[in-house]
Amino acid sequence: MPLVYAGVTSHGPGMTGRAHLVENLEARDQLYAALADQSQAIKESGAQVMVVVAAEHFANFFMDNMPAYCIGLGERHQGPIEDPEWLRIPKVAIPGSPDLARRLATDIMQTVDLAYAQEWKFDHGIMVPLHFLTPEFDLPIIPVNINCQGPPLTPLSRAWAFGEALGKACANADERIAVLGTGGISHWPATPDSGKINEPWDREFLRRLQQQDKQALLSYTDEETYLEAGQGGFEIRTYIATAAAAQGPLELDFYTAELPIFAVGCTVGHFNLNT
Amino acid sequence: MSLYYLQKVLYQLNRDDRVKQEYHADLPALLDGYELSDEERGALINGDIGLLYVLGVNGQILMHYAAFLNIEWFDYLESMRAGIKKYGPVREGVYAMTGGGQSFTLEGER
Ligand SMILES: [Fe+2]
Repeated sequence: MPLVYAGVTSHGPGMTGRAHLVENLEARDQLYAALADQSQAIKESGAQVMVVVAAEHFANFFMDNMPAYCIGLGERHQGPIEDPEWLRIPKVAIPGSPDLARRLATDIMQTVDLAYAQEWKFDHGIMVPLHFLTPEFDLPIIPVNINCQGPPLTPLSRAWAFGEALGKACANADERIAVLGTGGISHWPATPDSGKINEPWDREFLRRLQQQDKQALLSYTDEETYLEAGQGGFEIRTYIATAAAAQGPLELDFYTAELPIFAVGCTVGHFNLNT
Repeated sequence: MSLYYLQKVLYQLNRDDRVKQEYHADLPALLDGYELSDEERGALINGDIGLLYVLGVNGQILMHYAAFLNIEWFDYLESMRAGIKKYGPVREGVYAMTGGGQSFTLEGER
């Protein structure tokens, strides 16, 4: 059946790990409230499983064998891979959905070459969103990774094609499926420029999602993105793939550039699936 | 090519408790298993975050190594800035992608 929910959110490890260092408590609590609303929306959608389109950070994949796209077929996943005290999220096991994941993988492979992994350790890129959205870690999760870290990177047009294939595969399944894309827009994570955010660039990217401007969304070059939006900007692939899966305009629920300690313009949004 | 192995040591250290044990038990022996330049090896022996950053280690790997060394967040950021002052701009890797190694870190000090 068609997707029951599609949305996007940020995943900076600071959102949990450095929450105590925030100066602008008002902005932080607004972000947390937006995430609580997103959690509620996912619950109300009746989703039986959530596909998380993530951009992991050398937790499972390294330059010895780096897939452009990978889906997790495991029965359960472990996370966080980081020190739980550093991330301030305890280690848990998160259920997977191996049967559905296998069907989705088979379907997606008709159009996009997809790697799979039967073992997956979640890093902050998935754990931080789940901490807010499914805090009991009880909703089965199918992880998907797009390499946004180690160039050469998959082109944006392929991220779109992948998202489209994912959306179609979900529609072909009987389950009620939510898709969540998670990544940064502009940011310079874990570098001396951590905390720098190019808000106009972020707003323009979000506008393209809101207006379903596919051509403009796919027109960024990596050079341009790197200069304007930092290495973290490569993670727009996750938002683009989710937009393609949703086939609808983004409704922006929350955005702020006022939380530099989280090292990203914090974003929460959902796609209108009725168009 | 050895930036690959330099990052690989840290990638494996970050994710594998057995590698952490080896690190504590006999760091030089652990490093013997990787193809590293003398400078890279020295940076790991000394836990020199600034030099590792300049040598091109990705921050997503480096920040966990810093946490492993019990370096607080703001000190981690400061170590990288100090590294650039001491050793010059990032030489290799994703942060040296543009500007002939004059990475954005120079413009971004704030
Ligand atoms: Fe990320």
